[in-house]
Amino acid sequence: MPATAVQGALAQSPLLLFVLLAPVVAALIIVFLPKEETKMIKIVAAMGTFVALALSLYLFFAYNRVAGGAQFTLTIPWTKDLGVNLAFGVDGISLPMLLLTNLIGFSAIYSSWNVDKRVKEFFVLLLILITGVMGTFIARDLFIFFLFYEIVVIPIYIMVIIWGSTKRVTKEYAGMKLTIYLLIGSAFLLVGLIMLYLRAGSQGHPTFMFDQLAQRQYLYGPNFQKIVFGLLLFGFGTLISMFPFHSWSPDGYAGAPTAVSMIHAGVLKKIGGYGLIRLGLMVLPIGAKFWAPVIAVLAVSGVLYAAFIALAQKDLKYVIGYSSVSHMGYVMLAIAAMNTTSINGAVGMMFAHGVMSALFFSMIGFIYEKSHTRNIADLGGLAHQMPRLATGFLLAGMASLGLPSTINFISEFTIFMGTIKVFPVLAILGIAGIIFTAVYTLRVIANVLFGPRRPEWDHLKDLHGPELVPLVVFVVVIFAAGVIPNLVFGLVNSGVISTGLAKVLQTLGQVQIGGLF
Amino acid sequence: MFTEMHSLYEWAWVIPALPLLSFLLIAFVTKRSKGLSAAVSILAILCAFGLAIAIAAGVIGSGSEIVKHPVITSINWLDISGLKLNFGTVVDPLSTMMLFVVGLVASMVQIYSVGYMHGDRGWSRYFAYQSLFAMSMLGLVIATNLLELFIFWELVGLCSYLLIGFWYHKVSAREAAKKAFMTTRVGDFGLLLGILFLFSKYGTLDFVHLAALMNGTAQGLALAGGVGYITLTAFLLFVGPIGKSGQFPLHVWLPDAMEGPTPVSALIHAATMVVAGVFLVARIYFIFQHAAPGALEFVAGLGAFTAIFAATIAIAQDDIKRILAYSTLSQLGYMMFALGVGSLTASMFHLMTHAFFKALMFLGAGSVIHALHEKQNIWDMGGLWKKMPITGTTFAIGVLAISGIPPFAGFWSKDEILSAALQNGHPIIYAVGLFTAFLTAFYMGRLFFVAFMGPEKKENHPHESPYWMTVPLIILAFFSTVGGLVALPYHNFAFYVRNYIFVNGVVSLGTFTHEGMAWGLAGISVLFGLAGLVLAYMTYVTQTVKAEAVAARFPGVYKLLKNKYYIDEIYLWIIRNIMDGVGKVLYWFDIHIIDGVINGLALITRGGAGGLRRVHTGQLQTYALVFFLAVVVIFLAYTMGSGQVSALNPLAMLGGVK
Repeated sequence: MPATAVQGALAQSPLLLFVLLAPVVAALIIVFLPKEETKMIKIVAAMGTFVALALSLYLFFAYNRVAGGAQFTLTIPWTKDLGVNLAFGVDGISLPMLLLTNLIGFSAIYSSWNVDKRVKEFFVLLLILITGVMGTFIARDLFIFFLFYEIVVIPIYIMVIIWGSTKRVTKEYAGMKLTIYLLIGSAFLLVGLIMLYLRAGSQGHPTFMFDQLAQRQYLYGPNFQKIVFGLLLFGFGTLISMFPFHSWSPDGYAGAPTAVSMIHAGVLKKIGGYGLIRLGLMVLPIGAKFWAPVIAVLAVSGVLYAAFIALAQKDLKYVIGYSSVSHMGYVMLAIAAMNTTSINGAVGMMFAHGVMSALFFSMIGFIYEKSHTRNIADLGGLAHQMPRLATGFLLAGMASLGLPSTINFISEFTIFMGTIKVFPVLAILGIAGIIFTAVYTLRVIANVLFGPRRPEWDHLKDLHGPELVPLVVFVVVIFAAGVIPNLVFGLVNSGVISTGLAKVLQTLGQVQIGGLF
Repeated sequence: MFTEMHSLYEWAWVIPALPLLSFLLIAFVTKRSKGLSAAVSILAILCAFGLAIAIAAGVIGSGSEIVKHPVITSINWLDISGLKLNFGTVVDPLSTMMLFVVGLVASMVQIYSVGYMHGDRGWSRYFAYQSLFAMSMLGLVIATNLLELFIFWELVGLCSYLLIGFWYHKVSAREAAKKAFMTTRVGDFGLLLGILFLFSKYGTLDFVHLAALMNGTAQGLALAGGVGYITLTAFLLFVGPIGKSGQFPLHVWLPDAMEGPTPVSALIHAATMVVAGVFLVARIYFIFQHAAPGALEFVAGLGAFTAIFAATIAIAQDDIKRILAYSTLSQLGYMMFALGVGSLTASMFHLMTHAFFKALMFLGAGSVIHALHEKQNIWDMGGLWKKMPITGTTFAIGVLAISGIPPFAGFWSKDEILSAALQNGHPIIYAVGLFTAFLTAFYMGRLFFVAFMGPEKKENHPHESPYWMTVPLIILAFFSTVGGLVALPYHNFAFYVRNYIFVNGVVSLGTFTHEGMAWGLAGISVLFGLAGLVLAYMTYVTQTVKAEAVAARFPGVYKLLKNKYYIDEIYLWIIRNIMDGVGKVLYWFDIHIIDGVINGLALITRGGAGGLRRVHTGQLQTYALVFFLAVVVIFLAYTMGSGQVSALNPLAMLGGVK
């Protein structure tokens, strides 16, 4: 078995490149289509993302979980002097994220099926956005990772400003806030990454490769690790909307068009959690250990703080926006707990929350598109007119409050299991969050879906045709992965065990016992 | 015999799988055809019930063998680092009894629903939810570990939520559904914590493994960090049942849950789901036994308090379903305190008989409501016995059963609980239980005499309900009549329905001994029950005691009872003012402080940029001057830095820190 594993790691596989290029090719085709052909543009976009989705599903099932490690790798040296490689590959941590990106990307096309303003530009930007997010997850090279991350920011800004909506804040403000906030975060990130790169290359052979950066840990002293991890924490923490750097998130989601909200809440902010695990824990474990208590306190504060604020919201998107801040608190708490169980939970939760929030934003998008309001008080009794939409909304809500048989439950449970030994008090406070999550979710469901029939909404048409795609895709994933948790968690666990993360965490645990700190 | 049945027991998973299949079929295939949906659902639950009976017959045939060796079948469900969980089925007398009860009541309720829900627009949706509920509840009772149980526990909660809010066009139904979910969620928080605490010490959630670990006393206790830890865990776990089984102070959702269709109230909110909490405590009884005595005393005290608390409220209610709902709360309290005083078997026995007669009475109430076109106030009824003989007679059997009149089912189980309370040294709880029995007989008598006897109301034109509804009533009445006889001759029921604590090699509590009935104690409780019924008869039929006069003499008490001790109002106040208040304050904080800082920074940047803009004068001379000055400064810094005045050199400073 090890022999094949090594072989698998060295063999060049073009599959990931195909996954990455599928939306790019679709975008290029769209560029050459006349802009009146809106139907054709949408079909091409759907086909491009479908190919990417189908390929990543194939990867998901073809990945050898026993062997583990980076598979389907492709390494093309780029600039030898700087040590930049165009290196792709997936393991048990990045593959679920890749699948998630494509699930959401594919569905986001259908959630935008009714876009009629500048259709061509919209779908080109959307496809670039999807490509960028995918790139960050399959990159095995820090430089490529950061490159793709920066690619992502541009389409988001343009899309919010042109196709966004103005409610509590103007869409211009929302877009500006989102972009500037994330750019400032990434500036700190960049400083940290360059410091890391310089230190890793201080004895020659500069490299950006994740695994080599991790192997050269002996070069990073404790103080260095603390400083660099602090910078990463600010950058990635902002991205994952960690309290108190979260305020871009509700405004940003509210201003953004549906597809951007779905991708942003669903996968983009997960880059923060992913980065903290991939770089923070694997490369700078001592720094992570130092910051862990801070992260844990901020995380639990975020869980409760955002859940309470969600109670006071009147706009649907703000509820889900704050709810996602609250849920990301669980991910951060799990990362701070730094053991294999909790990291399993963190990755599982990122996947679970991604699917759930995308479903939620997609349903809210349809409600807004049809009724032109997101004000909870103006809505009500929508289950009478739109039973299918109501089903999707209800199931999203149930996933959000962690109902068993959804993947969200098992992820939360794993996180709690992993954290309760490490931070008992904080974990209990965090678990109390499930009560308030239930309160705001059930209130929204009750006030939007149920109650007497309102004649003013009688003209609304239920979901039909292409609009059903996001509903079906996400519900199937939420429940399939929730009823058979090994489906996703088997892969995640293989990632946690085989990537050396488990070893790092184990060493750290022993270090603590040895009283080194 | 045992080995032959063994292969059958391994098929127990089919019992919940059948209703699941029916749910999926209705949801995706037959939802447009009313007849097919009902047929699929009823067929599935009847097959499941048949299988449950087959297993029950096998278990009785196997005798004490199965008590000692429960048949467990399981497969891996989740396997990650530090967390390995199985899913499986356990067949032992306790789960068999529950399978039988749930299967029976669920089939009766579904058949009844064909008549009751006739013409409803949500017909297929209704049967789909019913099937989903049957799946979850049947899965719950055969769960092999706490997490599996918790999963089904939440799923029955979901079905309860969906079915309470079934008529979602009603605001009251919507609010009641939400309230039920939220209230039980508070309980689930404790339960979840308890599960985490257990797992983090023992590394398993399997009932059998946990029991074995704890029974290896010294080692088990050391492993768990002493009795204190187990006690804490037991208390946390018990919060779940407080929510689910409507114990004080989380009982508030159950009366409101009556907003659902009446068959739902019969199935979920009387016979099956609400007893899940009692069942859970029974399943993990060994944890309570290893905990400090305070844990079981707390269970007993809270149960007894809930029993009398709810019974007093029931006296002052006028809605037929609400009276039954408070009665359910009170009976759940009974089951709880039976567990608390150490009689697991009496509690389970009462759980079973209560399922029979309470489901019967709810379905009877549904029959009345159906006949009177949605009237639920008992004072709007009257003289129904003559017009609805089957409903009236079966309801009377239910009343006699719950009042503990022999030979009906309730007599046997109630008596067993009361004698256990007295014999195990809990005289106060015995007294509370006895008085509650009196109150129970009184309010049930009140309900029956007012609604079924009394003068007829002209505006009502009741007719007996169709056979779809009366046949289930008759079947349940049959079980309410003879169901208690399983206790004869020597506590046979108790012989079977025991738990792991008695077995598994280390026997910590001694083996079961057959003992006869305590006839003297039984006589006393029968007297109290009769007294209640007689008092109700005198008050509401012969009117020798004037109810209005009593109410007028104690206006404060009456008002307090009528308003259910204002518990709902207290909660509402807390939710409105504290929870939502905190939400609003934090939102203000978020917008003005956290966001304010961000916007402030942005403004400063903009202001700074405005200042800097003036530097761009466009004059070449200015640029040249600045350029020159900069070169001078850099040069000075560079030369001085390499020289002695390192204080001016920022790079040197950094080096100093390093």
